[in-house]
Amino acid sequence: MAGAGGAGSGRTPEDIAAQAEAAPDLTAAAVEVMPPEIMAQSLGQYLRAWFARLKSGDAGLLPVVAALVVVAIVFEITSPNHRYLSPRNLVDLFSESAVFSILAVGEIFVLLLGEIDLSIGYVAAIGGIIAGLLVQPQAPPSDYMHNWPWVGAVVVAVLVCAAIGSVHGFIITRLKLPSFVVTLAGQMFWFGVMIIILGQAGGFDVSPSSPGNQREIYGIVYRYLDVWLAWVGLAVIVLLIGGSMWMRDAARRRSGLVAPPVGLTIAKIAFLAIAGIVIVVICNIDRSLGTLPVIGVPWVVPLVLAVVGGATILLERTQFGRHMYAVGGNPEAARRAGVGVTSIRMWAFVISAALAGVAGIVAVSYQGGITTNFNGGQEVLYAVAAAVIGGTSLMGGRGRAIHGLIGGLTIGAIYNGLYLLSFQVQYEYIATALVLLAAVSVDALARRSATSGGVARV
Amino acid sequence: MRPGEGRSQADRRVRNPGLTLARAQMGVKSMSLTHMDGPTDGGPAAGGQALATGPAAAEPLLRLKGVSKHFGAVQALFEVDLDLPAGQVTALCGDNGAGKSVLTKCIAGIHQPDAGQMFWQGQPIHIRSPKDSAALGIETVYQDLALADNLDIVQNMFLGRERQRRFILDEDSMERAAAETLASLHVTTVRSIRQPVATLSGGQRQAVAVAKAVMWNSKLVLLDEPTAALGVAQTKMVLDLVRRLKSHGLAVMVISHNLNDIFEVADRIAIMHLGRMVAQDRASAFDRQSAVDYMTTGGSSREVAASASTTRRD
Repeated sequence: MAGAGGAGSGRTPEDIAAQAEAAPDLTAAAVEVMPPEIMAQSLGQYLRAWFARLKSGDAGLLPVVAALVVVAIVFEITSPNHRYLSPRNLVDLFSESAVFSILAVGEIFVLLLGEIDLSIGYVAAIGGIIAGLLVQPQAPPSDYMHNWPWVGAVVVAVLVCAAIGSVHGFIITRLKLPSFVVTLAGQMFWFGVMIIILGQAGGFDVSPSSPGNQREIYGIVYRYLDVWLAWVGLAVIVLLIGGSMWMRDAARRRSGLVAPPVGLTIAKIAFLAIAGIVIVVICNIDRSLGTLPVIGVPWVVPLVLAVVGGATILLERTQFGRHMYAVGGNPEAARRAGVGVTSIRMWAFVISAALAGVAGIVAVSYQGGITTNFNGGQEVLYAVAAAVIGGTSLMGGRGRAIHGLIGGLTIGAIYNGLYLLSFQVQYEYIATALVLLAAVSVDALARRSATSGGVARV
Repeated sequence: MRPGEGRSQADRRVRNPGLTLARAQMGVKSMSLTHMDGPTDGGPAAGGQALATGPAAAEPLLRLKGVSKHFGAVQALFEVDLDLPAGQVTALCGDNGAGKSVLTKCIAGIHQPDAGQMFWQGQPIHIRSPKDSAALGIETVYQDLALADNLDIVQNMFLGRERQRRFILDEDSMERAAAETLASLHVTTVRSIRQPVATLSGGQRQAVAVAKAVMWNSKLVLLDEPTAALGVAQTKMVLDLVRRLKSHGLAVMVISHNLNDIFEVADRIAIMHLGRMVAQDRASAFDRQSAVDYMTTGGSSREVAASASTTRRD
């Protein structure tokens, strides 16, 4: 009671002086982590601002791209016959990375909320098994569970996975249980279910030679776009994305809104075009070991791009995505702003499981089937590692779909390289563990510097 | 059903770009020196009132009568009366645990009172959820500001009420509207309205939170401890902002126990003690000592005139 008068009568001079002194420091810390795009008027300024942010630990995509280049160089030098960067191996790497990338994009939806989904490895297995089994031809007696058209099989598999995700999400949001535990339980549960479905045989094949729609599932990875189609597709993508980026930035510059410098817009579009051209060129070099030429971009490449593109639009251009970031950044603020926090969290688990289903189908295609040896636990760790390596934060609020693509490629590059060097599986684990640890450390550093900027919040 | 209604309500209010502008012009015109006077007791607040109250004096924008609320055995509010007239700043003060926050949350729709009535422009109302209060035009700026650090200023200001065109966010129009609102409140210190809120100073964050609140055609703004944890310059900036809200014709309720701030901006002062409204009057009816007495003991022997009008409307 006695102290209340003191509190009521305002600050002491000492307090005021202390606050006045503290204020400039906070501002200085804050400036460092400003996103360079919004501050810079020219490309040079952008680079300087970007470098300032790099020092503070949060540098966007370039470090991981640089890491990818280093990985590629190291493996190219060490791999037997320098075949790491051969078209044959690179196309294989793209296909292999596709599984990690799609899983990671799904995981990012969950990580954005500061949650984690450990079940997606075996949910992916369930998705792959459903799609694979539905297209299996069946000897009589005929039933409704086989000989499906491949589109139907894929749709059903993805829907079942989405349903699994909604069960996880329901338990997490309604029973208010930690997602870590619920999805860990999910991981074991669906592992068990996977073994039950695969049954005595322990697996099945999806092969190009067998009749029916199996060929189409197999063809996701092992059928290729015609050369002309790949070029036309690339041109359309670059024109669409580059064109809309250019028009948008130009319109914003004209009307005096915050816009990146012209040079940056051009650089981004050029990077997109060059990366696309390089990939198409690599895929269009004959990579056969036999007599028939093997040429073309595997269908899985546009599939991954579609997943990443769709996720990017959803996250960055729609109200739903905005709300995901808000819930990840400050769930209480989101709730007060009228955001349906529960449904957002629910949807995150549904999307992550549905994308896991897609990844599982790709995995079945890549492996030409599935057996009980499928290691969903490892897949999910790779997916989390890919997301974090790409730049997504484990604490929520920071992450983009493109992180999944780049991180997935990085994981795929390491995995593939170690395989070429014929390292035993135990070293693969150790290498992946180190990469994951490194990525999480970078995340922690970035977060620490962001917090030092955020002290201004008090 | 209910959420859907709330959204359409929000949408309707969002599609009203003229209002921000109108208010901006009004703000420029009516920034009057009367409100800028220092924190002396008496005179200035009364002078300010004569200007601002006019039509609102007859029927306050929001009137609470006999509002009670208990949590289990704890009586948090006991038959509280409160008037919040338009165009005036009402300071709600009291010691910790006096019931300020509970009362605020009742108005904001987070808690529902057990008993008592509320009148909005004379009409009896029931506020059952934050959506109801938002639909009336009541906006609350909480002490912890309720901003998402990872989102930028525009994204925060439109959070939950994003403008979109065919399911795609209409960033340009949101950015323009946010810039207009900030300009109308003379918030000019931020470097870019696209910077993440994490990079803002405490005063800037407060300004963004207030701007977010007034953006929505709001009529009553509740500010919870707006100057707590702010430096001198930033406190001045926020108090200027409060005066600007008043000059825009809004009813403002400031929850505070900083007497400097209260006497600087408040036209009216309402003091709570242990869940009861112990005094409510024009700011000029209080001085520093009587206010402290009311806050700490629930009564004052010092200012007889003021205690006579306890819990009465002026």
